[in-house]
Amino acid sequence: MNIVPGRGTRVFLALLPFVLIVVIYAIGSAERRAANPDDKILPPFAEMLTSVEHLAFEPDRRTGQYVLWSDTAASLQRLLTGLGIATVIGLCLGLALGVLPLVDATFGTVVAVICMIPPMAMLPILFIVFGLGDLSKIVLIVFGVAPFLVRDVAFATERLPREQLIKAQTLGASTWQIAIRVVLPQIMPRLIEAVRLSLGPSFLFLISAEAIAADTGLGYRIFLVRRYLSMEVILPYVAWITLLAFLMDLALSRLSRSAFAWAHVVERR
Amino acid sequence: MTTALSFRNVWVEYGDQVVLERVNLEIPAGAFISIVGPSGAGKSTFLRLVLGQERPSRGSITIGGKPLPPEPRPDRGVVFQRYSVFPHLTVLRNVLIGLEFEKSPILGRLTGAARREAIARCGTLIDAVGLGDHRDKYPSALSGGMQQRLAIAQALARRPQVLLLDEPFGALDPGTRAQMHALIKPLWREHNMTVIMVTHDIKEAFALGTRLIALNHHRVDPQAPGRYGATITYDFDLNRDTPVPVLGFPKRDANGASQNGGPKP
Repeated sequence: MNIVPGRGTRVFLALLPFVLIVVIYAIGSAERRAANPDDKILPPFAEMLTSVEHLAFEPDRRTGQYVLWSDTAASLQRLLTGLGIATVIGLCLGLALGVLPLVDATFGTVVAVICMIPPMAMLPILFIVFGLGDLSKIVLIVFGVAPFLVRDVAFATERLPREQLIKAQTLGASTWQIAIRVVLPQIMPRLIEAVRLSLGPSFLFLISAEAIAADTGLGYRIFLVRRYLSMEVILPYVAWITLLAFLMDLALSRLSRSAFAWAHVVERR
Repeated sequence: MTTALSFRNVWVEYGDQVVLERVNLEIPAGAFISIVGPSGAGKSTFLRLVLGQERPSRGSITIGGKPLPPEPRPDRGVVFQRYSVFPHLTVLRNVLIGLEFEKSPILGRLTGAARREAIARCGTLIDAVGLGDHRDKYPSALSGGMQQRLAIAQALARRPQVLLLDEPFGALDPGTRAQMHALIKPLWREHNMTVIMVTHDIKEAFALGTRLIALNHHRVDPQAPGRYGATITYDFDLNRDTPVPVLGFPKRDANGASQNGGPKP
């Protein structure tokens, strides 16, 4: 408990599990290849590398596009649009629910109910209503993430000490001024945290929707090559998606720390 | 001396539960009122009444001769025991925000000359509470006593007629508390306001106040504990130059009121 690793040791320890995973995979892959030279389940790293090279740096023969980058661009565009819209809805509606008892009385229950609808069950409806294009995928992400964000922001607002809101009123603040000067800055760190937690579900919804109906996108590609057991494509794609999600998470965490430093001060007393 | 706050036969009831009953009180402008009483004797309810968080179920409260508006307003500043300052603002901005609320209704922010002027005014207040060297620190970097001093400066920025202190020094250690006592009295004189302080500390109540009011249940029915509410059971005038008050007989005549209140030069 009292042995705290230093900076260098910390990096080494954090990397250790990754190295282990890679080593175990390499051994497993080599063993299977030794037993069956045509094995497709655990392709060696060299094969994955050639497939990535092929997907990322050579234009597709049919479309002339670089498959990995066009997939990534299409998926990220859907994801970020959906997540962005969901964040704006979450912030505005959540703030209104938390600050105004009238809005809470009107929309609180309906948001709580909508939150319980499994978004994937809505997917057929979205495909029927919004077509098979980008729109239905974006709506799915918004639908899956926004209610959670709304409730989280509303709860965070309600958790603010009542004294602060009274104090603000004794300083002459109107409801609007309290919302933008007292509540908004204090719930922003929590909103960023909630968006970080929503990254996982967002990717889930995105990949699912792309798997069912799309003509480009990371999820589309994975499910397309699944038919040929092309693990040398699927595995790098999964790693790439994971890396993208991890980087987004990291970026949001950094943003919160730099923009809302006061919220990350460790309580000293 | 004019009357700052006046309570006329104020009752607070929740259903069958009587919390406060028959509260009659005239608070002259410029008085420093200490309110003491055991837990559950309606001290917090009394404060909430003055803040406008709660309305009396019977009777009336007037401030400066007009009915008390039923919501917190800048004419009544407050310092709570905890959570009084905004954790996301630095010391300077915590004080500044009151002026920004006043002058910038849409954005709640000041810019340019107006901001510089406001900062100058806030700087004086911050210096007055001894936080001049900590203007750019966040409250989390301040000690408990410093946070309370900041809360006082923040409340004073809007120049309230009445300042409410809800056990403001209750969470502080004795040394810091003594410093706060030494700080609050000159500020009260200087800003010429009426202070109402709720406290658990009897010594503090006597040391700071010009008048001490004790809230308590005058009668308890064991069969129905909620039947009788708390009311003012003692009302001491703490100004040395007035005669020793008689227990239970508040001085409410004009002459008494003038003797009760007001800082002496």
